[in-house]
Amino acid sequence: MNTHAGESRPAPAPARGPYDAVVVGAGHNGLVCAAYLAKAGRKVLVVERRRQVGGATTTEEIHPGFKFSCCSYVVSLLRPWIIRDLDLPRYGYEVLPLEETFTPFEDGSYLLRDSDPERTKRAIARFSPRDAEVYKQFGQKMAELGRLVKPMIDGLAPDPLARNPFELLRLARFARHVRGQGEEWLIGNVKMMTMSAVDFLSEWFECEQLIAPMSVSGIIGTFLGVRSPGTAYVLLHHYMGEIDGSYRAWGLPKGGTGAIAEAIAGAARALGVEIRLGAPVERLLMKHGRAAGVVLENGDEIAAKVVVSGVDPNRTFLRLVGEEHLEPEFAKQIKRFKMRGSSGKVNLALDALPEFACLPGAGPQLRGDITIAPSIEYLERAYDDAKYGAFSRRPFMDVVIPSLTDPTVAPPGKHTMSIFVQYAPYKLKEGAADWPRQREAFGDAVIDTLAQYMPNLPSRILHRQVLTPWDLEQVYGLTEGNIFHGELSLEQLAFLRPVPGWSRYRTPIGHLWMCASGTHPGGGIMGAPGALCARTMLHARAV
Amino acid sequence: MITYAGSDRGYLDRSSARSPMPIPSPFHERTSKLCTSYRWKEWSGYAAVSSYDTTHEREYFAFRESAGLLDVTPLFKYEVHGPDAAALLSRMMVRDVSKLKIGRVGYSCWCDDYGKVIDDGTVTRLAEDYYRVTAADPTLHWLQAVGRGLRVTIEDSSARLAAVALQGPCSREILRAVSDADIDRLKFFGATRARLDGLDVWITRTGYTGDLGYEVWADNAGALRLWDALVDAGRPHGIEPAGLDALDVSRIEAGFILLGVDYFSAPKVILEARKSTPFELGLGWIVDFERPTFPSFIGRDALAAEAARLRRGTAASAGWALVGLEVAWEALEALYESFSLPPSLPATARRDGLPVYDDEGRQVGKVTSHTWSPILKKYIALTSVHASHAAPGTILQMEHTVEFERRKVPAKVVKTPFFDPERKKRP
Repeated sequence: MNTHAGESRPAPAPARGPYDAVVVGAGHNGLVCAAYLAKAGRKVLVVERRRQVGGATTTEEIHPGFKFSCCSYVVSLLRPWIIRDLDLPRYGYEVLPLEETFTPFEDGSYLLRDSDPERTKRAIARFSPRDAEVYKQFGQKMAELGRLVKPMIDGLAPDPLARNPFELLRLARFARHVRGQGEEWLIGNVKMMTMSAVDFLSEWFECEQLIAPMSVSGIIGTFLGVRSPGTAYVLLHHYMGEIDGSYRAWGLPKGGTGAIAEAIAGAARALGVEIRLGAPVERLLMKHGRAAGVVLENGDEIAAKVVVSGVDPNRTFLRLVGEEHLEPEFAKQIKRFKMRGSSGKVNLALDALPEFACLPGAGPQLRGDITIAPSIEYLERAYDDAKYGAFSRRPFMDVVIPSLTDPTVAPPGKHTMSIFVQYAPYKLKEGAADWPRQREAFGDAVIDTLAQYMPNLPSRILHRQVLTPWDLEQVYGLTEGNIFHGELSLEQLAFLRPVPGWSRYRTPIGHLWMCASGTHPGGGIMGAPGALCARTMLHARAV
Repeated sequence: MITYAGSDRGYLDRSSARSPMPIPSPFHERTSKLCTSYRWKEWSGYAAVSSYDTTHEREYFAFRESAGLLDVTPLFKYEVHGPDAAALLSRMMVRDVSKLKIGRVGYSCWCDDYGKVIDDGTVTRLAEDYYRVTAADPTLHWLQAVGRGLRVTIEDSSARLAAVALQGPCSREILRAVSDADIDRLKFFGATRARLDGLDVWITRTGYTGDLGYEVWADNAGALRLWDALVDAGRPHGIEPAGLDALDVSRIEAGFILLGVDYFSAPKVILEARKSTPFELGLGWIVDFERPTFPSFIGRDALAAEAARLRRGTAASAGWALVGLEVAWEALEALYESFSLPPSLPATARRDGLPVYDDEGRQVGKVTSHTWSPILKKYIALTSVHASHAAPGTILQMEHTVEFERRKVPAKVVKTPFFDPERKKRP
């Protein structure tokens, strides 16, 4: 932990009820929200079902000496203003570079892209000299397009459904912002929002070796294929790191993503937030149709002026509130909100570094993102399996070996490997509850696929953890195993997230607010929903 | 009697007319193969790696997260032996070197008669009458001048000794694995003799990164073996060779000043205003007026007078102070936003001086080193300001250029070090 000269850490002030706010779930958004409320002087309690903070932002020692970011594994867009407001570096927040993207192909060739533009250009030129030249321009163009999104993710979603004058003013400002960017930019954005990732990329590039690995950032966490319309938009997220300039929002969190949660929790505690672990919430305490606190599974009742839900919309309304308290129309909308998890995680403890057959050795090919997306057809076939209720026999994978950059997560010379796997549909054709039976077969498919590129991988595995969407739901409370608390598809974003008319963290239930990834601007370790929720609550004097 | 022990320094002799310029360090055979970026710079006549890769980011993070291996051979090194060795160094340094115990290292600076700093460096007491001095500038002439009439032998070991810094949280484990030193008991600023892969070396727990770290000193002949042994033992710990670009970011975070950048050697400058006293460089804590020895240290009278003025508070309006500045990021972001740009800073630490102003627009100082700190997520600067503006919390305006336009951004005076991990001094 860093200590800075000239300042001493404020002693955590133990706050005991009555509480102004009780936050359900100590995921990163719940913690951020709690910290902001406490910063404004409110008495806040966070209750968490598990025995550690973080939710899906978690580091766990699943094999002695090996620490894994079990679920989320990179930090992408944690907002710089949140890092500053909460002084997170002081509580151990550190992000290490993750610059390379390595893609091995089935014919034994490979593509290695990194932060050096000339080196990357040369690597792409082996497949297409034309694409090599365009690649940098593309990045620049995407960063430009990202400017639309920046005010969106750092503020409330402009809501055309609202009628109050402030809202109209906000819309007008947004319209001006859009108009000011010029025609070409607008066309680019409209295309992004409607096209598929592959079609959009094909407007720029000719070689599949580039299009395939680039297109996957359009499908991560969605139940869509790289040729499905609307997936181009999510490509933007990959370039959004640029909008923060030197802040470098993309990288590998030191100590795993759990360290980010610990840092936020540290900041929150210092601000006086009380965090109760191992305290599962059974349901909301309702009084006169309004939220009045929570009831824990052990029967404890905790009263608070407001309740803030850090769990997904589905779980919030259908389990914690209960359908009996909801208007039928609203309940219908919540049920329509697409959760449908599509991905799993395989975490490996390795005895030694594995090697690629196409590029042996322990070079830069191992220390960044390793993308198993050799062709568009490969990705489409992977999607085909999922469409009919099976996990992909040959899945898309995003592999990271964090111990190469952060040796503290594994014993010396040993390594941790994190494998994000898609597709693993929550609803198998045998039913979601069949996942425990298919778990190891799924793990085997992952290892078999990777072993095609890294033949010595199987012999280096000391321990294997397989997390299916079913496990993500059971262990981490993500409904249907959706890592974003609801798919990040266009019809579920901005003023439509989670339900039209309720994109401002408020809910139809009085004194109940939502602060997690199921609200605008959505998932990933961004923290923006939590912070914007707290801001909105304070502004509305809700607490 | 003073003896100058010249030595046969072979092809690496800095003074030899035949040696190539810049001089290859004894590690050159290894470093030159690793330096695929061809990014080199001159350091005291040596060719030194700026960054091994085209960016220094990984090397920087090695210092902070695993271990970075940095060739520091170009440092000037002197061996001072003899019954009067302590007396010489106590006379020369503002620190009372006679109090230094065997196996300890002391950081110090040395001044001219007027209390103006000439250079800074370390003194290691290797044995009863044996000290090793490191310096940024050539110092033999000064040691000789101060030692006139004393019973000492002074050897310029600069070209004979190879040195590497092994810095970072894993550095201790690496040295534990590769040497017979009792590394866990080596305290911060401790020194020990050790065997390392059959080599006779000295290990000091010192460095210029402000992190847990060590420096290893060995004869040139063993340099490559030393390098290989450290790299082999370091591989499981993620060791990376690191260059001066990574070091520069680290040392600013650590609040360490650099001769010729943050201050200037008194005998080398023309303008009086460019000279600094230890107090003006934030090194007042080293100055030890209580000396049993006579005569006292060089510059004592001038510094004692300054200290007295400081105590009375009358020096505050006249002198300078070296402080840290933290730029207000919101303001910087807003400034860039007004150009429709994301806030972007140079990727490397910078040494271009920038004026610093007070609220009324008067210049009250200058930034001498500045960098984006990746670990603190802050834009930080080492700055000389009028002592009247040096109180922590003072808001100053720092020049910042965007799109060829010179603007100002607010920055807050803070104490240094900016970054001070607990592991640095942990027993």
